[in-house]
Parts: sequence; structure tokens; C-alpha cells
Amino acid sequence: MSERRQVALFVTCLVDTMRPRVGFAAIDALEAAGCDVAVPRAQTCCGQPALNSGDRRDAEALARATIEALEGYPFVVVPSGSCAGTIRVHYPEILAHDPIWSPRAAALAARTWEILAFLDQVCGWRPEGVTLPVSATYHDSCAGLRELGIKAQPRRLLGAIEGLRLTPLGGEETCCGFGGTFCVKYPAISNAITDEKAAAIEASGAELLLAGDLGCLMNMAGKLHRRGSAVRAMHTVEVLAGMGDGPAIGEEA
Amino acid sequence: MSAGFKARAAEALVDPLLKIAVERTAGTAEAKRAASVAAFDAFGAARTRAAAIKDHVIAHLGHYLEQFETNAIAAGAQVHWAETADEACRIVIDICRKAGAKSVARSKSMLGEEIGLPHALAEAGIERIETDLAEHIIQLAGERPSHIVWPAMHKTREQVSALFRERHAEPHAEETIAAMAESARRHLRAGMLAADVGISGANFLLADSGSVCTVTNEGNAELSIVPPRVHIVTAGIEKLVPSMDHAVHLLRLLARSATGAALTQYTTFYTGPKRAEDLDGPEEMHIVLVDNGRTKMRAEGLAEMLRCIRCGACMNHCVVFRQIGGHAYGGTYPGPIGAVLTPALDGIAASRDLPQACTMNGKCQEVCPVNIPLPTLLRGWREKSWREGLEPASTRSAVRLWAWVARRPWLYRLSARVAVRGMRLFGGSWIAALPLAGGWTQHRDLPAPQGKTFMEQMRERQR
Ligand code: SF4
Repeated sequence: MSERRQVALFVTCLVDTMRPRVGFAAIDALEAAGCDVAVPRAQTCCGQPALNSGDRRDAEALARATIEALEGYPFVVVPSGSCAGTIRVHYPEILAHDPIWSPRAAALAARTWEILAFLDQVCGWRPEGVTLPVSATYHDSCAGLRELGIKAQPRRLLGAIEGLRLTPLGGEETCCGFGGTFCVKYPAISNAITDEKAAAIEASGAELLLAGDLGCLMNMAGKLHRRGSAVRAMHTVEVLAGMGDGPAIGEEA
Repeated sequence: MSAGFKARAAEALVDPLLKIAVERTAGTAEAKRAASVAAFDAFGAARTRAAAIKDHVIAHLGHYLEQFETNAIAAGAQVHWAETADEACRIVIDICRKAGAKSVARSKSMLGEEIGLPHALAEAGIERIETDLAEHIIQLAGERPSHIVWPAMHKTREQVSALFRERHAEPHAEETIAAMAESARRHLRAGMLAADVGISGANFLLADSGSVCTVTNEGNAELSIVPPRVHIVTAGIEKLVPSMDHAVHLLRLLARSATGAALTQYTTFYTGPKRAEDLDGPEEMHIVLVDNGRTKMRAEGLAEMLRCIRCGACMNHCVVFRQIGGHAYGGTYPGPIGAVLTPALDGIAASRDLPQACTMNGKCQEVCPVNIPLPTLLRGWREKSWREGLEPASTRSAVRLWAWVARRPWLYRLSARVAVRGMRLFGGSWIAALPLAGGWTQHRDLPAPQGKTFMEQMRERQR
């Protein structure tokens, strides 16, 4: 057997507070894929809210803190395309002017992976013996799709799950209207976008909605629930880790 | 504009006809573009070359402008330079006055809108005939364009029909598109033929020949330029390309990105006024080259924006534009390009909402034929807005406090635990209303946190 990969799991702030299950699913899937997983205690948040608010100084400070917390590991894995994108794409950009931090940012960026891309591309892993008889549909969250090219990986991984039928989603690459703080700064516009998304999800006929970002998922699940829809929502990694029969977002454990 | 944007957006969101109108046109454009891009071999490579052409020109703008001026003058045109919008309007009006013009025929030009030319002409008492069908519609309605390719995108066919019935002299029985076009044609032709001056924009300015290129689907540019005695072109200085070869390359991307068509119906190159041996054409050709902030944009980190060829793909694919339409943006240019250009033209203080009202989903950049990093440029405006203290105090203190906490892992963990427990007090598995989270719970439910934080549970497991 080949050597196990040493991985640091970066737990996003939403996973930490709202749905720890995604973190545990990530650990299970990574271990099944042959990794030793560490969760560095000095990590907090990647700084995306500051970055997207225009608060460049705080965004840079948090980038440095995150680099310090994570740079000792051969791989950093994140259960979110948008936070992984922040580290991979934006840290090198925002620290480019700093001769000391710029190479450190670049080095961390090169070792940081979104979890579905990592499981598929780096580990070549497929879930084994996982059964989930359900019709599911997949939403391509924007940052993962456009910053990291995550498109085929989740579909390949989900294809190995017995009983799971992937149903196409109309406008699967269209933003769900979450946009981090956008949804609270412009609630009416965000609502109109999310409403259309929810209608498309309902029209797909799927019972389960999957995606790779908890923010988008909470937004869509919250809208579906408000509309009285029966579609359930879950993070893709939960399904891959064999936790797909557990409570979906908003269901009591 | 801050309160203005939200108010306009709110109004747009409750207008059911606007939604239908925008969806019809943008939806069709989206589908057609996708098909034509899929059928275009090496679209990616063509896009890279297009961006390189524009970057090269923008980097050597002085050189190409001089070359263009020399060649345009050699072809018999007169070249004028305008640094500001007012200066540009003054030059145009002077030329009209010297020509003794009572009426001008105008072919659609976003630059004309940008510099406020319709208003300036009205002030000068010069009658203006808008010859583009969509511009004609909004002129009749007394409105402003809501899209850079389809200025009347916000109106449904039924609304246009009603407008024509009211405003066109000839009664037309049917509501068919053909009947409506015929009615507009009858109305416009006379005006075009009677105009003393024709004013057009330019899609490209060719440095090596001094030619001006326009593209239309209605032939209205040709009709408004050729019969009048004087032709005035107003063009932004970023419209330069080195040669015909470059213009043709960009044209292929422009048409496909805008409408999905391989080319527009009419693509015309004008080189100087009528020559002795020509049968028709204007006696004078004036080209007004307008800066209006472009040099400043280049110097201040917005050079990439000057690549824009005004295809409108970014707005057609923007989730926000699709919901609120173009008028909500308040400026001349709507959608993602407006969110970058309006702050450059009007100042960020007057338009801080525009770069904020974006989900940063990146679709605009994905479809842009010249790969303009619109999300990055929008983030740049957000940073400027933050630096200048334009963001609301509540946002500033919330973000700063959160960042302060996030730099102290122990405090961050403690706060996470407290927040999670606090939210659990609001009961159940779904939270329908949460103090301070009204923006969220107004329109959707919030799934309650599961219980202890992930970090807390990890620590317990390892014990
Ligand atoms: S920014 Fe790009 S997509 Fe938008 S109008 Fe300009 S060229 Fe077209």
C-alpha cells in the first residue's frame, strides 16, 4: 500500500457553526481515500467576507493568519469551492505586493484543494459500497466552477454511488443568489434570483439537492423550505461519506 | 444614487412586464450565443487574441491615435479632440450650426448617450431623429436606453405596439412585427432623408486607413449617414484598432457574443467624405475623438475595461441584470460594465451601490469575448469605497469586529459556540425570523445550527 497523504482540513466558518456534519463527512471520506487528516487548531476563517466587502487590510491580515495556520501540511483540503478559491486564487493576488508573504501565499495556494476535486483528481478515489436510492440533482456553485474548474469531479464521484440517479437541473451553472453578504445587503434582488433557482430545482423532479458549498446550499434549502417544497438538501461530501441517509439541511438529527 | 439604486431596483422587481420583456430578449440572446460559441472552432483562442489586440492598442494608444488622425485627414475627414463630455457636445453642435442644420438623423451610439448628446441637441434647438428602431421607440416614449445592444429591451412587443398606435400618424391594424416595422419605417424614412446632418458612433476606428466601422442590423446607420450633407462621428478613443484584419477579428466575436449571429446584417466602413467620382455620400466628414475619463481609467487600474467592445453579453448573462433590467443601474451603461464604468464616470460616491450589488459569480467574465476581469474590477471599486469610508458604518464595524475576532482563534471559537447556542434558542430545526438576520429570514428560512460547533466536537472526540 502506498503511503498515506498528510492532509490538513480547513473547516469553513459555516461548516464549523451551522453544519459540523460536513466536517466529519470530509474526514471520513478523506480517510477512506487514504489520507491522514489533521485539523489545525489555529485556523479560523479564510477572510472572504472582508475581501468581498472591500476591507483589504483585514482580508490581508486574515490571509496571513490562515497561511501561518496551514502551511506546514503537504495538502490543505477545504469542503467549499468558494473558500478554497479564496486561498488558491485570491491570497496570491492580495499578497502579491509583499515580498515575504507572496511566495508563502503562492506555495499554500498550490497545495490547497477543494475536497471534491481532491478526492477525484489527487486521490483517484471512488466511494465503495455506498448505497443511496434517491434521485438527486447537482448545482454548480459559482466560485468552485469558475475559479477552480469543478464540474466533472462531483459527477464522477456521485456516479459511483449505488442507487443514486443524477437528474439534470435547468440552469445548473446559474448563480443561486447567495453571494455571501449580497443576500443580506440586497435581499429583494437576491430573493428574486433564489426564487427562480428554487423553481428550477423543483422542476427537476429530484428529491435531493446537492452542491459543494454550504452557503449556497443553506440559501437554496432555506428558500425551498419557505416555498413548502419537499426537496431536501445536503453537501455532496456527506453523500460520498455514506451519511446520505442522515438528516438533510434543516432536519433535526 | 445610493438610495436611488435600491428604490429603482425595488420598483423593477415588482414590474411583471419588465421581467417578461428582459427575459424574452436576454434569454434568446443567451441561447443563441451558446449555440454559436459552441459552433465556433477555437473560440477560446480567438478570445485570447481579441484581448491581446485591445491590450496592445490601449498600451500604445497615442501612437495609433496619431496614425488614425493622419490617415483620416488624408482621406478628407476633419478630426476633432474632446477631453470631456461637454467639450464633445459643443464640438458637435458647432458643426451642426455651421452646417445650418435644423434636423439631425442619429444612428445609435452609446458614446452619444454617455456624453449626453441627445440632451445637448435639444438645448441647442436642433431636432433629432433617432433612426435605430429601438432608439426610436424610446425616443417616442421619452425614456433612456436600458441595454447597450437593445435599448428598448425593457419594453414588451405589446407595449411597443400600443406606443406606435398612439404616436405614429398612420394607423396600423395588426400587431405583427412586420406591420410594426413597416409603420416605423414609414415614420423614419422621411426624417432620415430630410436631415442636414447624420450623427453616428463607431464600433471600430482603423488606424492604418483612417476608416470608421459601424455595424447594425437595420441599415439605419447607412441611411442616416449617406443622404445628409454632413456626417459626424463621435467615438471613444479606445475604439482604435491597428487594421482591417484586427477589426474583422473583433467583429466575429462581437456579433456572436451579442446576438449569436455570425455577423450583423450591415457592416460598413467609411473612409472620408464623398470624393469627386462618388455618386453619393456626405460632403463633410467630422470625427470627434472623445476621452471623457478614458485616459484616467487607463492610469488608474481600469485599463482592462477599455478592451470592451460593447457586445452586451455580460449583462445578458448577469443574474442581477436579468431581475432588475437596465434602468435600475441609473447610468448610461447597465449591468456588469455599468457597475465598473459608472463609478469611473460619475465617481464612486455617487454610485457605490453598483459594484456592491453583485454576487461575484463570475459569469460575466466567463462570457466576455475579450476576457475582462469584471469581478476583479468590481472588487477594486469595493476597496476604494471602503477606503473612502463610503460603506455604511454598520457594515464597517461588523466586518472589522468579525475580522478582529477571527485573528484570535480562542476568541473566535468561543464566539462561534456562543452564536450557535444563541441561535438554538430560536427553536426548532428552521428559524423563520432571527434578530439582525432579517435580510436572510425575510425571504427564506434559516436552518438552525446542528448543536455544538465542529471544533468543539473535535476536541471532545480527542479527549
Ligand atoms: S465587458 Fe465584455 S461582455 Fe460586457 S459588453 Fe464589454 S466586451 Fe461585451
